[in-house]
Amino acid sequence: MLKDITLGQYFPLNSPIHKLDPRFKIMFTLAFIVLVFFADSVPAYLGIGVFLGFVIKLSKIKARIVLKSAKPLMFIIIFTAIINLFLTGGDNVVFQWKFLKITETGIVNAVNMALRLLFLVMGSSLLTYTTSPIMLTDGIERLLSPFAGIGLPAHELAMMMTIALRFIPTLLEETEKIIMAQKARGADFESGNIFKRAKALIPVLVPLFISSFRRADELATAMECRCYRGGKNRTSLKQLKINGNDWIALSAMLVFAAWIVVCDVFNLNIMGY
Amino acid sequence: MIEVKDLTYSYDNDEGVSEIVLKEINLNIKKGEFVAVLGHNGSGKSTFAKHLNAIYLPLGGKVVIDGIDTSDPDKLWDIRSMVGMVFQNPDNQIVASIVEEDVAFAPENLSVPPEEIRKRVDDALEAVGMSEYKNHAPHMLSGGQKQRVAIAGIIAMKPDIIVMDEPTAMLDPIGRREVIKTIEDLNQKFGITIVLITHNMDEAVKAQRVVVIDAGRVLIDDTPRNVFKNVEMIRSIGLDVPQATMLAHELIKEGFDIRDDVLTVDECTEEIYKLCQ
Repeated sequence: MLKDITLGQYFPLNSPIHKLDPRFKIMFTLAFIVLVFFADSVPAYLGIGVFLGFVIKLSKIKARIVLKSAKPLMFIIIFTAIINLFLTGGDNVVFQWKFLKITETGIVNAVNMALRLLFLVMGSSLLTYTTSPIMLTDGIERLLSPFAGIGLPAHELAMMMTIALRFIPTLLEETEKIIMAQKARGADFESGNIFKRAKALIPVLVPLFISSFRRADELATAMECRCYRGGKNRTSLKQLKINGNDWIALSAMLVFAAWIVVCDVFNLNIMGY
Repeated sequence: MIEVKDLTYSYDNDEGVSEIVLKEINLNIKKGEFVAVLGHNGSGKSTFAKHLNAIYLPLGGKVVIDGIDTSDPDKLWDIRSMVGMVFQNPDNQIVASIVEEDVAFAPENLSVPPEEIRKRVDDALEAVGMSEYKNHAPHMLSGGQKQRVAIAGIIAMKPDIIVMDEPTAMLDPIGRREVIKTIEDLNQKFGITIVLITHNMDEAVKAQRVVVIDAGRVLIDDTPRNVFKNVEMIRSIGLDVPQATMLAHELIKEGFDIRDDVLTVDECTEEIYKLCQ
């Protein structure tokens, strides 16, 4: 069923990682992504691997699930690796067949890119796996709120995300209903080429759009009835509190960052890699 | 509590002709009353409901809530927080993806401090009997449960009056029963004034007072018993009467001697039983 799709895939477990302040987690994930692109040597990758493994262990989420998160992007990862493998120039030719040429730099680049992408996907999936959508939007709102002064609509963006998340299952359910109604009247969604099938979806999308607009209108009225008047002076049920664990996590993150930087600056390597 | 005086409302239709929706409605609703407003589609009952919390402003006459005129722009949010409103489709009223976050929406908007919000959310969920679902996602709940969450979201605002615009129209019979039970509780246990817009007669029977609106005017305003006695008149404006009342009416027409103001199945059974003896 369409509505069984869980967006952002949150696993509600009770772990120290789940309990971290979402603002910290979002910042950590951003820092992690940047650091991953600094890494280019075996010790640095080992550092990332150990760090990621440690976080996965703490989060109580099965390593298999985290590894699986890279699956939808496997094509892109392999594609990038192949491009790097064949299209990087260099003197040390390892293998050559007609115009195809693999150089040592090419291999290094391919491995680099593949590992970086893999770590990047796994790291960012961990954020959504351990943070509920509401906490995530809350965190984003708080992180963006300093920029509200220069005209960034922080609250509005967060409210839009909250409502979007809220209505995804509702609209999926509705899509399913419309598809069934159309099928019952003889619509064919399964046969024909891709263009034919895309065209068959038009009678599904039109009623879906119309009903979304009606829903939006009703929701706006209901929100006004509940005294919604923008983000000004709003309070919040859940207060984000920074506690000891957040500072411990921050220290761990700093150690990790320091390791990557040290590897980069001093060119630490194992047998030249 | 609610004073409606000569309320008139009209809008321009597609051809630019002014269509009158409400015509000189006069109505007073006292604190703690449970009033059902009946009318068929297009009778203006929803439009009337939307005047009670300043979603619409009267074009003629006025609506006064607890001494405050709804057309006073400075008092708009006082009116809105005093008169809560529940709509037909629960899906289109729920804002957040977790039940308790949604119930907290109104108090958050009213700048209530966090500890007080916590208390209001817990109390509101308790009042509608949804406490155990506070961490659930709304789309996993049944229609009746969703509507009760929507009602909790209104109660958390601590309104004196709740206007319900056909809150059971999209629910199955079980959900309908849950919601009606909740509404009765709110009125009896918490003393909240209820204005229930409906076209379901069995719901209207539960009210203390029934106001029938037809073509934008108040046709009858009386107790359910006195209203439904007028079977022919109610039916002539396209409404039904409760089934028990209908049966009694048909029996009287056939010459049987029973009461003409029967409302519930129990009363009807009793009357027929008496007849058989």
